[in-house]
Amino acid sequence: MQTQELERMARQIRRRDLQAVFEAGAGHIGGEMSAIDILTALYFRVLRIYPDQPKHPGRDRFVLSKGHTACALYITLAKRGFLPEDEISTFLKPGSRLNGHPNCNKVPGVETNTGPLGHGLPVAVGMAKAAKLSGADYRTFVMTGDGEMQEGSNWEAIMAAAQFGLDNLTLVVDHNRFQQGAALADTNDIAPLRPKLEAFGWEVTEINGNAMAEVVTALEYRGARPHCVVAHTNKGHGISFMQDRVDWHHKVPNKEQYEIALAELSEAL
Amino acid sequence: MNALTQTGAPAEKLHDCRDAFAETLERLAAGNDTIVAVCNDSVGSSKLGGFKSKFPERLVNVGIAEQNMIGVGAGLANGGRLPFVCAAACFLTGRALEQIKADISYSNANVKLIGISSGMAYGELGPTHHSIEDFAWTRVLPNLPVIAPCDRIETAAAVEWAASYDGPCFLRLSRVGVPDLLPEGHVFVPGRANLLRDGKDVTLIANGTLTHRILKAAALLAERGVEARVLNMATVRPIDEEAIISAARETGAILTAEEHSIFGGLGSAVAEVVVDHQPVPMKRLGVPGVYAHTGSAEMLLDEYGMAPLAIAEAALALVKRK
Repeated sequence: MQTQELERMARQIRRRDLQAVFEAGAGHIGGEMSAIDILTALYFRVLRIYPDQPKHPGRDRFVLSKGHTACALYITLAKRGFLPEDEISTFLKPGSRLNGHPNCNKVPGVETNTGPLGHGLPVAVGMAKAAKLSGADYRTFVMTGDGEMQEGSNWEAIMAAAQFGLDNLTLVVDHNRFQQGAALADTNDIAPLRPKLEAFGWEVTEINGNAMAEVVTALEYRGARPHCVVAHTNKGHGISFMQDRVDWHHKVPNKEQYEIALAELSEAL
Repeated sequence: MNALTQTGAPAEKLHDCRDAFAETLERLAAGNDTIVAVCNDSVGSSKLGGFKSKFPERLVNVGIAEQNMIGVGAGLANGGRLPFVCAAACFLTGRALEQIKADISYSNANVKLIGISSGMAYGELGPTHHSIEDFAWTRVLPNLPVIAPCDRIETAAAVEWAASYDGPCFLRLSRVGVPDLLPEGHVFVPGRANLLRDGKDVTLIANGTLTHRILKAAALLAERGVEARVLNMATVRPIDEEAIISAARETGAILTAEEHSIFGGLGSAVAEVVVDHQPVPMKRLGVPGVYAHTGSAEMLLDEYGMAPLAIAEAALALVKRK
């Protein structure tokens, strides 16, 4: 897909995500809106994937380490053909395989179970290392939240990725500047990320993570070292009253807010 | 009643089960190039030196970083490798328990977790290095067989089984020497106990470093006319319910012994089955919910009532409760 089509797809995913969270009465809408452009670029442009063969050995791997934004992943996977689109209406419903955090044994296209933060990057390092050992040419991508980078396990993995020379690994940090309870800056401010990652031997690209052309270029890039894309995003991107408001980490819109948000997202379609 | 006495058995040849693990892994790796060993700067303590020299590119040493080590193991399995993740049991399980839960057990990743120097094998290094909680921590996790072999033969057989099994497991090994107990050529079957001696008066159940001790206790009991059934129960989960229920029904009393806390380990697992199916008097021997003081594993096991003579005495007291 070209940039305009990707942007259109991202808006459709945002609309569906808003609807799913509204109908389920729960979800993590702020961090989903910030990450959807990245998910869209990955699944509709960058990843070499086979929706009818989700375990194809040569597939590129993507790990959503910020597993609490599973709804956005489910919708993206559904739009890409990994699961039926009408199944999204079961999100968080009793017995649904679409619970609040992705399950790789139930949902096609999910690579590993995430939810507790700081798990996805170490697993992605293992995936990328496996390709080095076997000679496979697949690439591995992983997306973390910026608050999630406070987890020490990530820095263990960052060290290992550099030591192993994993030029087939791309980490995208969804840098929306807010975590569950407060701004990153008011909690444990690990920004700026670039010098820290560079000091650990990574190549770092900083982009506007809600600008599709920049997202695509950064994700398609492959250098000689593990690559970190620091994606500057807006929590709640696309919905004016949610944007950059910490309380929209996992707040659910009421009927009136839902209508306003839907109108804003539809206007852009 | 006469006091029990130690029998004057000839000195036994003792084996470090890590050697059997390393030899088996190297042999399997020679025929299967997907096998990788993952460790946390623990090449020496995991006895991976031979593996490293034979398959240097297949040794993935993540450094001192256990959370990453487990995640890397899961990722390697996702990428089609067969990882054996080896580390001191205390750090493997305690430091990285949430990774074992989410990345291995819940994700059902085909990763073999090898806990080295479990129990109180690190003796004098103290309770930070003891791993007497690992049965409790791991046996509550679905999809994760928990196995503590009793000798070098069962260790080798369990490693062979693990390599052929499509799913995760936790093998709990010691470095404390143990004699050969099972016959050469023994085939490991998960969830199945081994009858090492039959009897009708009481059943003694153990695994790992305690199996040879309960066998010796059974010999002492025989001197007193008490016939003990002896079960080696390497698999703590899935536990051999059938063997436990039969033991309860046919011998009327069960004693367990383990190099683990008395809370949550083999004894607890056996007691759960007994309570649900066939209540009989039980005695659970283990580390009695304390941090051990300075001493070797063998010395501490003796102090906590797990010398063969003390086990036999505990069994005699148990038989009286029938």
